[in-house]
Amino acid sequence: MNLNATLFAQLVVFFILAWFTMKFVWPPIMKALDERAQKIADGLAAADKAKADLAHAEKKATDELRSARESAAEFRSGAEKQAAQLIEEARTEGARLVAAARAAAETEAAAASQRAKEALREHVAQLAVAGAEKILRKEINAAAHAELLTQLKSEL
Amino acid sequence: MASGTEHAPTAGEYIGHHLTHLTSTGHKQASVIDWSVLNVDTLFWSITMGLLGIFLLMRAAKSATSGVPGRFQAAVEILVEMVESQSKSIVHGDRSFIAPVALTVFVWVLFMNAMDFLPVDSLPRIGELFGIHYQRVVPTADLNGTLGMSLGVLLLCLYYNVKVKGFGGWIHELFTAPFGNHPLLYPVNFAMQMIEFTAKTVSHGMRLFGNMYAGELVFMLIGLMGSTATVAGFFGHVVAGSIWAIFHILIVVLQAFIFMMLTLVYIGQAHEGH
Repeated sequence: MNLNATLFAQLVVFFILAWFTMKFVWPPIMKALDERAQKIADGLAAADKAKADLAHAEKKATDELRSARESAAEFRSGAEKQAAQLIEEARTEGARLVAAARAAAETEAAAASQRAKEALREHVAQLAVAGAEKILRKEINAAAHAELLTQLKSEL
Repeated sequence: MASGTEHAPTAGEYIGHHLTHLTSTGHKQASVIDWSVLNVDTLFWSITMGLLGIFLLMRAAKSATSGVPGRFQAAVEILVEMVESQSKSIVHGDRSFIAPVALTVFVWVLFMNAMDFLPVDSLPRIGELFGIHYQRVVPTADLNGTLGMSLGVLLLCLYYNVKVKGFGGWIHELFTAPFGNHPLLYPVNFAMQMIEFTAKTVSHGMRLFGNMYAGELVFMLIGLMGSTATVAGFFGHVVAGSIWAIFHILIVVLQAFIFMMLTLVYIGQAHEGH
């Protein structure tokens, strides 16, 4: 182990190499490292944001679905109610029509039967008078016995 | 290194030859300290490893994107993030130069240490073919290499002491810490501070040097065992060499990491007032 001027040469080389590293090696590598760290941080932040957005969208979709379901149910119950009402109205109207028709028919039938009875009564009276006339041609005076005939007719 | 016809080197000669630097003067340095001599091999390999490390980092930096990284980019990014987090936890202040220093130191020391993995005879043998007779290929097993770097760290410590505390503040701290602000304690404090700076710097360089020097030496001893060219020597070389190389993977990375961490710790201490 001898000491000589190599010592100082080595000292100079030391500083030249260190200076070179400081100037040309260290900054680009640190810059790349910092940029990458920034990129990763940005990426993580973006991922978080996307996750939050997704949760928000999912919540929104659920809300929409629920409100759609609610309004559909509302529509359905409204329609059902309306249909029931229509049916009820139709039923009432039908019943009324049937009753009216029946009443009309009954009135008609009663009138007809009354008329028929009247006619029949008239007819029978006439027949009876005619028969009686034929039988009692001479004895019976139509005018004298009209009261009797009318009475008879009303009894028929 | 020596063909059969020549006289084969003794074990001592073999080790001594491997521990001799290729100097700028062309022969072995005579005195312990000689500022007129340069270790050409240490400089060549440390600059080569430094450029290789810088080139790889540069390639990653050039193609660095904030998108999906490739394997190479990801590996460099892991390294950079490791250095960045260590420096952030240790140094409280402007780290725009300190963190790159730590990264440079780690990669550079790692690559220089990793030269130990090459077979201990390979590069010197290749050098010999080109007429280079002495070569040591692990720059961190040369005290000049490691002390050069730790001196650089010392200069950074002084610079940041002045920058953070101001020149007056730093001088004040030199005389009042660690024992307290009293005129009688000024000399003691100052002596302690000088010892601290010296001990930090020397131990910083010596720790790395000692570990890598010892590791290199063990590789040489293992190589020596193989050079006996006996069956036992061959298997001993293979087994011991494998075990030591695998263990050395830990040492190489650990020492690079320790050197980087101490660099950060010392510079971090310069940022904190006592």
